[in-house]
Amino acid sequence: MMPVPLQHFLFFAAALFVIGVYGALVRRNIIGILLSIELIVNAVNVNLVAFSRSTSLAPETGQIFALFIIAMAAAAVAVGLAIVLALFRIRKTIFTDQIDLLKG
Amino acid sequence: MNVAESLRFFIPEIFLLTGAFAAVFVDLFSKNKKAAGVLSLLVLIGTACLSKHPEGSNFLFFGLFLLDSWTHFFRLLALGIVGVTILSSLAYKALPSNDEGEFYSLFLFMAFGLILMAASTNLLMIFLSIEFVSLLSYLLTGFLKKDSRAKEAAIKYLLFGSLASGVMLYGMSLLYGATGSLELSAIQAGISHSSFNTLSLIALLFFITGLGFKISAAPFHFWAPDVYEAAPTSVTAFLTVGPKALGFAVMIRVLSVGFPWLAWKWKPLFALLSILTMTIGNVTAISQNNIKRLLAYSSIAQAGYILMGIAAANETGLKGVLIYLMAYAFTNLGAFTAVIIASNHFGNDELESYAGLAKRSPFLAASLTLFLLSLAGLPPTAGFIGKFYVFSSAIQEKLFALAVIAAVNSAVAAFYYFKIVRIMYLVPETDRSPIAHPFPLKLALVLMLTGVLLMGLIPSPFIAFVKGIFS
Repeated sequence: MMPVPLQHFLFFAAALFVIGVYGALVRRNIIGILLSIELIVNAVNVNLVAFSRSTSLAPETGQIFALFIIAMAAAAVAVGLAIVLALFRIRKTIFTDQIDLLKG
Repeated sequence: MNVAESLRFFIPEIFLLTGAFAAVFVDLFSKNKKAAGVLSLLVLIGTACLSKHPEGSNFLFFGLFLLDSWTHFFRLLALGIVGVTILSSLAYKALPSNDEGEFYSLFLFMAFGLILMAASTNLLMIFLSIEFVSLLSYLLTGFLKKDSRAKEAAIKYLLFGSLASGVMLYGMSLLYGATGSLELSAIQAGISHSSFNTLSLIALLFFITGLGFKISAAPFHFWAPDVYEAAPTSVTAFLTVGPKALGFAVMIRVLSVGFPWLAWKWKPLFALLSILTMTIGNVTAISQNNIKRLLAYSSIAQAGYILMGIAAANETGLKGVLIYLMAYAFTNLGAFTAVIIASNHFGNDELESYAGLAKRSPFLAASLTLFLLSLAGLPPTAGFIGKFYVFSSAIQEKLFALAVIAAVNSAVAAFYYFKIVRIMYLVPETDRSPIAHPFPLKLALVLMLTGVLLMGLIPSPFIAFVKGIFS
């Protein structure tokens, strides 16, 4: 079986990254923005694993990095959702355009 | 060095971490929450005493961390910043008294994360330490439970911060692909004879975007004013100094160890970032009526001046960055301590509340004036020494346009700093009640005053200390 070439992974990851950035900038729902950021992070993981198979000097480092990123993303989402919950309790909204007390 | 050998060099950090957990337990089992704060201060002092000046470069934990005099400098700076922050939080009224212990222990973990930021020489560790510090910053920003503005600031900080981290990570992954390694030194070695130069340039741009967010450089500064305004004031004091200083440490480490061969590309980029950052910061600060927001924009502008030292990237410039960071830490922490004392009394941070402060509390007004002079970069204060170094580095590198724009900016900045001084001294007061100076706040204020004046009047020991890092 022919292995999938590196470029395919990179294009896939770049597409994920662009979708993620677009989503993070355009979505109004905070949960949606957090999900878009997850897409970016997963694009990074795809990149790392693809590179670790092809160009890396020490293949395991990229995979270890990907594992750390997964763990860190989980931690970030835990903190993020905690803050979203705390905000929702006070303001009863999770839409960014209604969160507008601070301006200037 | 392997783990067993490295631990010998890691004793201060282990002590700090143990202290942080001890503070959590004190918070759990003691009714007196201030005890956790005092314990945290003692732990920080102990850590500073334990950390000896390292000889040469020690690569710890299989080269993930580097302990050299650079790391040592930033370790002491981080401990100092966190120490003063805790000291000024001890008498900060807005903190809910039953959650206070948690607040102090989070700051001890923060100090640990900051030290790791300074020590990391590996992309994985750089990412983990930055993320560690960022997560704690999000939590501390939203620490006040009932304050919906603080929650809003925390959510903004979290969203912008995670996006910046994601972009930075994408840059790191491209860099890993271009060079095949996560070690900064290996990246430099691998990149100079690779055909992936364009790819590594793109990767570096992504990387700078992520780091630029942490230091609130101009196109990535949107979060900063809101977060600095709404966070608890002692957290604001910390955020404008701590993560920013260490962000610069990481940035310089990455650029000077990983990318010296690309300097002809990133130098003009940093000159541009510097101009943008200081201009946007200063021009927006003029129209602010809230002192925290004003100081927030001023701290964005200060980051612009520091970027000038990186854009010059010669030895004077790097020394200038360190001296500037030291001066800036003393000054900004001092200014925010004064703001905490005032806001304890006023219950708000509006500039008009400061009317006639000179009559109500001459000491507070005089010290705030001195800090503002230092921020404006006038002698005989610490800020002057810092500005002197970054300006001369830019002139040495023949970046005259940058130096001129920075000089114009300093004049603009002086305008709004003196606006506060004018309100304190010349506008008549509406309320005559005397302002209380609780002991911890007074101590923090006096310490920072001493620092600003000592560094301004007798700069040679400080400069010699910084010179020792580069020899």
